[in-house]
Amino acid sequence: MTYVTQADLGGRLGLGPVKPERDEPLFHAPWEARALALTLAMGATGSWNIDQSRAAREQQPGYLGMSYYEVWTGGLERLVTDRGLVTEADLAAGRAVDPAKPLPRVLTADNVPAVLARGGPTEREATHPARFAVGNRVTTATMPEPQGHTRLPRYVQGKTGTVTHLHGVHVFADVNATGAGEAPEWLYTVRFDGRELFGAEGDPASSVSVDAWDSYLSPA
Amino acid sequence: MTDHDHHDHHHHDHDHHHHDHSELSAMDARVRALETILVAKGYVDPAALDVLIETYETKVGPHNGARVVARSWVDPAYRARLLADATAAVAELGFAGRQGEHLVAVENTPDTHNMVVCTLCSCYPWPVLGLPPVWYKSAPYRAKAVRDPRGVLADFGVSLPAGKAIKVWDSTAEIRYLVVPERPVGTDGWDEARLAGLVSRDSMIGTGLARSPEATA
Repeated sequence: MTYVTQADLGGRLGLGPVKPERDEPLFHAPWEARALALTLAMGATGSWNIDQSRAAREQQPGYLGMSYYEVWTGGLERLVTDRGLVTEADLAAGRAVDPAKPLPRVLTADNVPAVLARGGPTEREATHPARFAVGNRVTTATMPEPQGHTRLPRYVQGKTGTVTHLHGVHVFADVNATGAGEAPEWLYTVRFDGRELFGAEGDPASSVSVDAWDSYLSPA
Repeated sequence: MTDHDHHDHHHHDHDHHHHDHSELSAMDARVRALETILVAKGYVDPAALDVLIETYETKVGPHNGARVVARSWVDPAYRARLLADATAAVAELGFAGRQGEHLVAVENTPDTHNMVVCTLCSCYPWPVLGLPPVWYKSAPYRAKAVRDPRGVLADFGVSLPAGKAIKVWDSTAEIRYLVVPERPVGTDGWDEARLAGLVSRDSMIGTGLARSPEATA
């Protein structure tokens, strides 16, 4: 079944101007702070990885009409119910009616500073040399019928650009999101001219760079 | 610019937001129920939730990034280290961790302006900038930044000299980008702390410029 993401927005037309908010508060309602904290605390249990959480968020059909903390809340509900950690009966009752399942770990208050400081580095040891070097011309893959989560946006698929940085070997999001392991690959920054991406409408004096794993790229 | 003047978690004026009160109440109830369930099952320590929120309300925010930028303006050796390995240079000032594990600093120059976006979600360099603003996560910004960065700057009331190149950085992996804005003219002899007051959050995303000394007078 083709995988449908609602989140791949780069270059889409008709979404209107950006509306900065003067003196924006950190949270617009107390529930937003709780949604943030619940998402971080459950992420720290090790029940899923960051790519699985992005996949859960981006597949929500109502995505474009939601605020971002709504997106996170819906994603978190999906992650916990998919794994049976929370049941539909729990959610319907608004309280725990089914028994808990064991978790790899639980984030306690005293551990928060250390867990945040450690974060989740994705660089892994390189076991083979990089296929591309700075200055190489590369063409990105196309994914007409995506089979899962990917970090290669549509606006940059099938385009030719130049490698500008090598970042070492990193956990490959597309595989990590399936739960099939980290499958680390070389990660590059690839720069594209605005006109390559958007034709005559593109800004001739602008470029866009994306970070792209080796699997996305072919020699141009 | 401190953390205390751009948020208020007891803020109840939602008129500027696109949600009406019934939706907000529904979300409030939904998140409360989820928290109740997760705590009752022993998955979440309520005290940890409070520490997480307090961290981003009081400790981690754009004042961290402003210190990094101000240091880079007064200390050429630090600037060189920042541009060569931002993760290490930012850690020198004590900032590191979640959503900033692999940092890259990109410098604005007389010829080039930089702008950072995450078209696929909301990737943002938390240890130096804190949590992203709503507009950064919004569909219009994510759609427009890559296609029409000059138009985005216009939405922010910023215009660049004609012909100045714009480099847009789409955060598609776990690399997080920090823009080092140009040091404003008229700040010769200013010390680091005073300079940090000119470094706005938006100038480190690339949707703004550092404040001029006149703007803060």
